[in-house]
Amino acid sequence: MKQTHALTALSMALLLSACGGEADSVQAHGADPKMPEAQRGLLPSMKIAEPVAWGDQKPTVPDGFKVSAIATDLKVPRQTLVLPNGDILVAEGKGGSAAKLKPKDVIASYIKAQGNTKVKGGNRLTLLRDADGDGVYEMNTVFAENLNAPYGLAFANGKVYVANQDALVSFDYTDGQTKAASAPTKVTDLPSEINHHWTKSLAASPDGRFLYVGIGSNSNVTERGMEVEIDRAQIWQIDATTGAHRPYATGTRNPTALKIQPGTEQLWAVANERDELGPDLVPDYLTSIREGAFYGWPYSYWGQNVDTRAQPQNPEKVASAVKPDYSLGSHVAALGLDFSLPAMGDKYASGVFVGEHGSWNRDNPVGYKVVFVPFTNGKPSGDAVDFATGFRGQDGKTRGRPVGVTVDPRGALIVADDLAGIIWRVTRTQ
Amino acid sequence: MTTSPHLAFRHTPGPLHGTLLAGTVPLFLGGLLSDIAYYNSYQIQWSNFAAWLIAGGLLFCGLAVLFALGNLVRARHKAGRPVAYLLLLVVTWVLGLVNAFEHAKDAWAVMPSGLILSVVVTVLACIATWVGMSNLRSEGEA
Repeated sequence: MKQTHALTALSMALLLSACGGEADSVQAHGADPKMPEAQRGLLPSMKIAEPVAWGDQKPTVPDGFKVSAIATDLKVPRQTLVLPNGDILVAEGKGGSAAKLKPKDVIASYIKAQGNTKVKGGNRLTLLRDADGDGVYEMNTVFAENLNAPYGLAFANGKVYVANQDALVSFDYTDGQTKAASAPTKVTDLPSEINHHWTKSLAASPDGRFLYVGIGSNSNVTERGMEVEIDRAQIWQIDATTGAHRPYATGTRNPTALKIQPGTEQLWAVANERDELGPDLVPDYLTSIREGAFYGWPYSYWGQNVDTRAQPQNPEKVASAVKPDYSLGSHVAALGLDFSLPAMGDKYASGVFVGEHGSWNRDNPVGYKVVFVPFTNGKPSGDAVDFATGFRGQDGKTRGRPVGVTVDPRGALIVADDLAGIIWRVTRTQ
Repeated sequence: MTTSPHLAFRHTPGPLHGTLLAGTVPLFLGGLLSDIAYYNSYQIQWSNFAAWLIAGGLLFCGLAVLFALGNLVRARHKAGRPVAYLLLLVVTWVLGLVNAFEHAKDAWAVMPSGLILSVVVTVLACIATWVGMSNLRSEGEA
């Protein structure tokens, strides 16, 4: 009798763990994700990455591709930019100055820090060059330094635009240049008080007239007060000449990467949604950004799902909230986005690559990989497929965390790994 | 069996024990008042105040529990008032801890459970302190 109980207990445990494993595949992905009931136990789930070095290991890439580290020992690389001559610029930095307001902030920030690199942000741009095209980036030099947590990068109007955590700046650039000629020119200040979500993502319109800057919220869901959310959780459209700005879209909690879709010239974004509503809420998303649209934060998510934590409530705003296009899954922490090109091979010719930094508040971790979302007729079609994995190993240890992804027109995907300080380059073997 | 006064005296709260015990009341009460202010104003700073005051209350209450436990160990009769006092204090601390976790939720997620718990914990802290302190007068064990 006792043995039966023991067996039952064991099989129950196995069943439960199996359920845990399957939860990821049933997580709401795609264009019309179902929103489960919000849930929050007494203690929020926290499962922090256990960092270890890559050693001899590398990320796993699909058959027909290979991966190599083209730069190592960088100081927290975030986003990359491929310049017209094929050189790669890497933004390195770590920002934010959010005060710890509650006992919870003290404890949670300590725990979260265990899953991130201890390296101090470089506050610089590093330039990588492969002059002979053999896939080895033999030049690794500092293009510009003394920046303030640079993140978003864009090339337009013969300039390199850099979104620091407090300002949008530009460097004049001539082809082949390896070092900025002078200090950067400020285009405009960006909202930087507190900077709970400090990353300023950046994209330039194809004609170079406008720059789009994604500005994250100053809290998970208004727990630092509504006053500090002025000009936050928005995407700004900035006039490149005058620096004048206007909100292009609002209610995007943390728009961590922006890209213009080739052909349609439509602005797309990935954004990270709110926490502490359970393991399967709220989905981080990929979406085309509709001009003037409100995407819900903080009053609601995925359309009209009201978040009662934001008080006083605003039913008019909730009614006006639009649904994003495509769910990437909750807590995956999408930080990188780029449109693919035919040079990436038939299977990956049409779609976007998304870098997923990985979850910290989910028992069964998700993300920690680069996925490919196929597009048909300019819109997401079908399930996301894994493109680069192995950042979080079967052993539960985390070797890297993907951030920015950039498609090199020569047929390569550049992946910034901010935990390991590495730039990975994935290329075709055939 | 009666307790002789000279044995009882060392089981009443000493100055430090008394200070810790008495300190729990204004700390938890401050948390409650801050919760009420947040409930009425939506001003988040009140919720931050409440979280810290409750954390302070837990510290004082927790130390008072240790003193109460020590007194009970040394008490000749491990029953009656000293046990009631300790149990009251432990329940206050445990519910206070639950309340601290409630207050770790974001923004309005604290409400209304945090406010209700603050009322309960404050009342319990008052009763526990009353029981603990009244031994000073009644020469009972605490």
